[in-house]
Parts: sequence; structure tokens; C-alpha cells
Amino acid sequence: MAGPADPGFDTLALHAGAAPDPATGARAVPLHLSTSFVFDSTEHAAGLFNMERAGHVYSRLSNPTTAVLEERIAALDGGVGAIATASGQAALHLAVATLAGAGHHIVASSALYGGSHNLLHYTLKRFGITTTFVQPGDHEAWRRAIRPETRLLLGESLGNPGLDVLDIPAVAEIAHDAGLPLLVDATFVTPWLQQPLALGADLVYHSATKFLCGHGTVVGGLLVDGGRFDWERAHAASGSQRRFAELCEPYDGFHGMVFTEESTVGAFLLRARREGLRDFGACMSPHTAWLILQGVETLPLRMQRHVANAARVAEFLSSHPLVAQVAYPGLPGHRDHALAQRLLPRGCGAVFSFDLKAGREQGRKFIESLRLFSHLANVGDARSLVIHPASTTHFRMDDAALAASGIGPGTIRLSIGLEDPDDLIADLTSALKAAAK
Amino acid sequence: MKLIVNGQAAYAYTGGKPLDPALPCVVFLHGALNDHSVWTPLARYAAHHGHAALALDLPGHGRSEGPPLPDVESLGAWVHHLLDAAGVARAALVGHSMGSLIALEAAGQQPQRCSRLVMVGTAWPMKVSDALLNTAREQPAAAMAMVNAFSHSALAMPPASPGPGTWLRGASLALMQRMQAGTQDQTNLFLHDFQVCDRYAAAQAAAERVTAPAHLIVGRRDVMTPPKAARHLAEWLHAQVHQLDAGHALMSEAPEAMLAALKTALA
Repeated sequence: MAGPADPGFDTLALHAGAAPDPATGARAVPLHLSTSFVFDSTEHAAGLFNMERAGHVYSRLSNPTTAVLEERIAALDGGVGAIATASGQAALHLAVATLAGAGHHIVASSALYGGSHNLLHYTLKRFGITTTFVQPGDHEAWRRAIRPETRLLLGESLGNPGLDVLDIPAVAEIAHDAGLPLLVDATFVTPWLQQPLALGADLVYHSATKFLCGHGTVVGGLLVDGGRFDWERAHAASGSQRRFAELCEPYDGFHGMVFTEESTVGAFLLRARREGLRDFGACMSPHTAWLILQGVETLPLRMQRHVANAARVAEFLSSHPLVAQVAYPGLPGHRDHALAQRLLPRGCGAVFSFDLKAGREQGRKFIESLRLFSHLANVGDARSLVIHPASTTHFRMDDAALAASGIGPGTIRLSIGLEDPDDLIADLTSALKAAAK
Repeated sequence: MKLIVNGQAAYAYTGGKPLDPALPCVVFLHGALNDHSVWTPLARYAAHHGHAALALDLPGHGRSEGPPLPDVESLGAWVHHLLDAAGVARAALVGHSMGSLIALEAAGQQPQRCSRLVMVGTAWPMKVSDALLNTAREQPAAAMAMVNAFSHSALAMPPASPGPGTWLRGASLALMQRMQAGTQDQTNLFLHDFQVCDRYAAAQAAAERVTAPAHLIVGRRDVMTPPKAARHLAEWLHAQVHQLDAGHALMSEAPEAMLAALKTALA
């Protein structure tokens, strides 16, 4: 039977969560730069605090502009809701802190963004949360690393910077067999290229600073819950381990509320907002949310161009005599090419790395000779960017950890923007020539 | 809280406070492929404003055990068995969609026990097309997506449970999928619930036995149970009709108007 359906992706990117403002008729999403929101009465105030009513109280907890962004990314990712955070790092921290505490454990891909690696390997350890890192493609290693105290599996859709493709269906199955959720960092893909929740992941986060914003203007994060993971079932099955007691047992910080009873499919987000956002306070500014919304509205158009440009540049570099290898899963030579074709049919994003045949010094000369590419520590800008990971984003990692992440001393990472691809290739050609001298 | 009803564990959300059976009780009954969580803010409101609240998971749904019951009549009787188990003598019965028919039937079975009847997103007959039933039988996931799209009237809603940042269409679909996945013996709960709605024929007889004040709360933009499809019920029950600016998912699409209408109904 043919019947009604939800609107398509491009429509949701423009309309999900927003309608003309009933107070003013404004068609664009209004920017509500207000810390707080008046109550109609003392009863209204009490009802909001007691969760008898839904509404905005204070912008650390929620804000009308930010809520539009949260709903929109949830719609695009196929989730039940989202929480906007101060950065992608804050989104990761919020996810971990909602599910894990001292004595708990995480299994994570070794091919992570350096900042995520720092948080897991160094900082969370101080708070009693430890992490075992595994090669993302080694399924048996994922399985072996799980312990009774494990609370979460974590990987990136496309590993940073080697672009290992995470086999989300396989890793999700391993997680679910163990009664655990899979959290995926989908920053490099955005929901336009991949919806990890539809592939079996349970939670997704984005550094919205990157392609979602798309213009290199603001820092922000988004944490999306798929609503499919059955926390109560996992809690019951874990026996004395009491996994996810944070969601399934009374919470002293909110009058004994049991979040899974309060919301069958939104329990994670409820706790994350009512505890993590409330107490850690890493919320997103509404101004930031508004700017990211501008980016999301054109996400489908921009990602098509990002991906097309990246494919052309990757192809150019792969046939250049000074280039040893290009780590782009869109190329047939990449070890995850077949997996990418299955899980990323629209393309493999616009961030990839390559290695020069020559050493570190030539790499330095190459970067300094580029004119159109900007040398900086970011990806997902409308402009093309370049960086040397070993000396910047991943500099805290030793050689072994670097190698485990697929990074060599001469690895160079590019983020391909929206410029004319002929100009990008001309800039790279010129810089490669300069490096060879 | 858990109660034993007909030998099976039944779950009731009590609004964040322990149940006090001596208080005026409000029973909330969910619709097809839903559970108590569609009612949590309203149940919290009731529990914190002088009522005992019981937002139920129907048998075979969510946390309540047992096979799903076969028809509205047996579900109406089950509500009374649950009230017996909870020690509640009399209650206001509030139901949404399929739950509204159960509330009506329960009120008709024991009129003296029903202090108010509130039917939300309701219609009679609540017919389901053969085409949709066939899709529910053969492709339940596709049918759920269709019904979910039918149930929501817009792409932007005011903040609703469980709070700002909730994408209501996604939350509603995920709840349906959870209910469908959680049934015993691989029951196609979606098909079952829609057949329960489709087959209920005793609405007029039940309505004519109801003695409690009745209220219908309907969505002006509801295409699942459009307001005109509730006119027989309104007539038989001499009900006060509240029309809200919402689709079928009234509790999430118009939470403030829904609360106001419920307060009027329970006053």
C-alpha cells in the first residue's frame, strides 16, 4: 500500500523543528538570545520544574533556537531527539558521563580524532573510566575487549585521519550481543552521507563545527539518541553489574525519577539533559545554534560538492609521482573500499590524508607552499584546509599509537572545500613541485 | 508500580508519587502500539495536583506481561481487574485512540465506577482499511512508518515530553518499533491492535450505559480520527467536545492545550 511518508532529507534539512514564528511571522528561525523565559504563574513554574509540562526555563538546559537545531539533526539522523553541546568534545563527554562512572570501561576504535583519544586515554582515566582501544576492522578484538564493567562501544564512521570505515552493522551486533550500546562519531560523514542509527548504532554525535556548520565560524556539538536501545533489558540482563542503573534506577538528583519509566525511548536524553547538561553545563549558545542551522539548511547541496571535489582531488593525488599513498576509501586501492561502497554509497566525505614519498621536511615545504589551502586545525570548512597530524592534532600520541591510528610522520590531511576543483588541483600541483625541489 | 492482574504482572506509572488509592484516581490508557509514556507529563500533573495517577501499559505492551487481549471488551474488563488490584474504587478514565475505546467500554461495563470519561483522538467506528491491515500483516515496518506520518500534522511542534529537543515523529516511531519488538511469541502487535480498533462494535451500547460526564478531545488536523468521526460518540455521550490545533498525536503536538482540556474535564 502506498501511503503517507515523512518528508525527504532535503525538506527536513530546511523545515524540521521550525515553522513561521507565531508571534512575529518571521519565516527564518528566530535567534532567541535570552538566558531565561518567564513563567505564566507560580503553578506554571512548578510544572516546568517538575516535568509536568515541557517548555524553556533557562538556556543552559534548553533554548527555543537551540531546540530547533536539536530537532532538526534528530530528524536528519533518524533519532528521537538530540542535545546541542558547546563542542563535539562536550557531546562525547556528555554521552560518556551519562552512561559511565568510576570503575566503568569503554571499548573504542584506535582510529579516533586525537582529541577524543586524549579524553579517553588520559583524562577520563583520572576519573576512573578506562578505555581499551582496538583496531576498528578487527571484530574479534572488539569482542574480546568487552568486560563486565564495559558500558559503551565507540567508533568513528570514518576514522581520523586514515579514513578507516567503521563496519557499523558488525560492531553494533557485537555491542548488542553484549548488552551494550554503540556510540558513533559521524562528524566526517554528516547524516547526508550516512545515518549510523539506521545501520545499527544507538547513539551518534557530531562535531557540528565541521560540515554541519560548514563555514568555519562556530564551535558546537550534537548528541543524538536513536531511542532503540532497550536500557531496561540490558540492566536486567546484567544482574549484579547493574548496567545503566543511571537510567533504570531511581535518581536522587530528581526526586527518585526513573528515567526509563519517564520516557521509554527518550530516557538517555532525559538523563543527559537533566543531569549532564544541568550539572556539567557545556551547553551550546543559541547564537551558535542559529549559525549551525544556516549551515544545515544547505547541507545536502554542500555535501554533494564537497564529495565531488574530494573525489577529484583524491584521484589526482593518487596518480601523482610524488605521492606514496592516498587514504581515501572512495579509491579502489583503499582497504575499506568495498565496505565504503556498502555503507557510504553517496561518497566518503571530503577529509582524507595522503603520504608524500619524501620525508618530514618535504611535507613542511609542501604545506608552506600551498596558497589556496589554509594551514589550520579544523576540517569541514567551505574553504579547503591542510594540516600535518603528527605535529598538531595527534602530537600527544607516541609513534606506536600514531601507527595504530594509521598516521605516519609524513602524513598530510586535507579537508576539501567548495572551491573550483581545478584551482585546488593547481594549488596542489604547484606545492608538490615546490616540495620536490 | 507493578500489580498482578489475572495472574500476570501489569505495570502502571504513577506520576512520580506513590499511589494513594484514597485520592480521586485518574487512569490513562494508551493507544495502539504505545505504552504509558505517551501520558507521563499529564500523569505527573495529575499526581501532583490531588489525584492518584495510573498510566497503564496494556497487556503485552511495554512492561506489562501476557499476551495482548483480543478485543476492547476484554481490555475494558482488564481495567476493572487492575483497579481491583490497586484498591481503587472509582476512577476517571482517560484514553487515547484505541485507549479511548477501552475507556468507553470500561465505563459502560461498570458505570458507577467511572467518575469521568475522557476520550482523546477518538472516533467510532474506528475502522482500519483493508489495505492498511494487509500492509500491517505483510510489512509492519512500512505500515508503522505510514501510520506515524498520518499521526503527525506538522514538522514543528511546541516542546513536548520528554522535553525540548525531542523530534516527535522520531520518538513516536521508535516507541512503536519498541512495542512491536517487545512482544512475546513474535506477535504482530501492530496488526493486533489495529484489528482490536477495527472490530469494536459495541460503542453505542457502552455509551448509552455511561453515566459519568464525558469529554471528547479531538485534533482539528487529525486525519487518523478526524473530528467528524467522533460526532456519534459526542451525541450518545452528551459529551463536551474540545477541538485542539493538532493531529492525532494530541498529547505531544498540543501539550498545553491538552492539559487545559484535561483540567476542564477533571474539574
